[in-house]
Amino acid sequence: MTNNIKEENNNSSIMMKPNKTRDIIEKIVETIFFLCAMVSVVSVIAIIVFVFYKGVAPFVGNNAYSFFDFISGVKWDPNHNEYGVFYMIVASILATIGAIIIGVPIGLLTAVFIAEIAPKSLVNIVKPGVELLAGIPSVIYGAFGLGVIVPLINKISPEPQGQSLLAVICVLTIMILPTIISLSEATLKAVPNSYREASLGLGASKTQTIFRAVIPAAKSGILSATVLGIGRAIGETMAVMMIAGNPIGGIPMSIWDKVRPLTTNIAMEMSYASGRHQEMLFATGVILFAFIMIVNITLIKITSKAGEK
Amino acid sequence: MSNEVSKFSVQELDLYYSNFQALKKINMEIQEKEITAFIGPSGCGKSTFLKTINRMNDLVEGVKVDGKIYLDGVDIYKDIDVIKLRSRVGMVFQQPNPFPMSIYDNVAYGPRIHGIKKKSVLDEIVEKSLRQAAIWDEVKDKLKKSARAVSGGQQQRICIARTLAVEPEVILMDEPTSALDPISTLKIEDLAVELKEQYTIIIVTHNMQQASRISDKTAFFLTGEVIEYGKTEQIFNTPKNKKTEDYITGRFG
Repeated sequence: MTNNIKEENNNSSIMMKPNKTRDIIEKIVETIFFLCAMVSVVSVIAIIVFVFYKGVAPFVGNNAYSFFDFISGVKWDPNHNEYGVFYMIVASILATIGAIIIGVPIGLLTAVFIAEIAPKSLVNIVKPGVELLAGIPSVIYGAFGLGVIVPLINKISPEPQGQSLLAVICVLTIMILPTIISLSEATLKAVPNSYREASLGLGASKTQTIFRAVIPAAKSGILSATVLGIGRAIGETMAVMMIAGNPIGGIPMSIWDKVRPLTTNIAMEMSYASGRHQEMLFATGVILFAFIMIVNITLIKITSKAGEK
Repeated sequence: MSNEVSKFSVQELDLYYSNFQALKKINMEIQEKEITAFIGPSGCGKSTFLKTINRMNDLVEGVKVDGKIYLDGVDIYKDIDVIKLRSRVGMVFQQPNPFPMSIYDNVAYGPRIHGIKKKSVLDEIVEKSLRQAAIWDEVKDKLKKSARAVSGGQQQRICIARTLAVEPEVILMDEPTSALDPISTLKIEDLAVELKEQYTIIIVTHNMQQASRISDKTAFFLTGEVIEYGKTEQIFNTPKNKKTEDYITGRFG
């Protein structure tokens, strides 16, 4: 017995000796982690500073462009020094709202189907389908929109062209589906089974249980999914550019009208723009940035509220 | 015995989870307006049997039930809609499971499901149910607060109120106090005794004192069989079967 204790003491005294090499390695590894983490932070700061620096330039100094004219103008004509983005803001917001109104119900019901109703064999078809949808490059969505949706709209539209707000909404709806579906499904799956049991035990049908107990319990997750969908829709560029029509002015009055969202304005002209024209494109970026910030802050608010519960 | 009304009549009930037989040839008459307790070691089938009574086992994949359960003479696996059955036979679960909504919405959940929309009617049902569950005084000022923000014992009584709001005839309780402290446990027990004036109560419990304190009849389950079933006094004082005696005196389980 005493021998054992002695031995243990010996062992621990060996362990207590400082291990220099290990300490150094630990420090190096920690530093590597830190540097990796800094890449994102530094990037986001650099982007913000750069975009704001360039984007604020046209509104200050002598020969400044009126910021009010910029934010409220409905014509974008760089050749005549006219830079109005109001009609683009309207286009971006309308396209996003439209996609959310159609996409969220479809996505949520798909998620309910996958999480609550579908037999395994069907889940094995639907889920990979959704995942594949998420992986398709946006330029392909645009090509699909241009090749299929735009001609279809052209047939029924009172306007001469198929490129329209409606086309943008259709393609954005499809593009946000994977985000809505996979996030909603995850939150539905996380709803404790005891809620379902309680509801069924009270004589609720399966459908009543889903709509009155399960979905309300998953509310904050579904809301987060919606907000992320908004973020995706408002930031989408490539697909939208090919089907929006991109007019040089005019607030869209109907879903058949051509639109020019903020994103496509930047993407179309940045490659050849210079001077004030280029700075104005950065200013457009600042507006877009503001929207994304609002979306992100909303998301943080929602998720932190959910955490409190 | 002759003047007692049989609420449930169970005849030759077998239950299988895929290939495993969880219940074997159960025969039992359960009386109206009494508390019937099911006792037995873990895995003996008592909870499984409880869940066949309101067909919650239907939700488990691969379950097969043979034999008959009659509720007031009607075969619950053949001649009654499962939704209707569950509103007549309510259930309180092991873990308090209020929905993440307000106390009011929890209790109003069942009535709303069954089509009651009028605020004044709902108000009345909510108050009556919470009073019946002996929790009205504790929560009447915070009906709009989340039902998950109160103590476990209060949550369980809210769940009982939620069950009562549907106006069932039978209340199944699946170890309703196993997650609660002793004081909350006593409150639930007192409540059960009060409720038996109006309801038929069937309670599964691990706690033998609980069974002897509150129940009129006790059934002792072992490996899927009912070993002994009778008046609680008789089961605890003069068990006929050796296995019952061994369990009750704490020799196993």
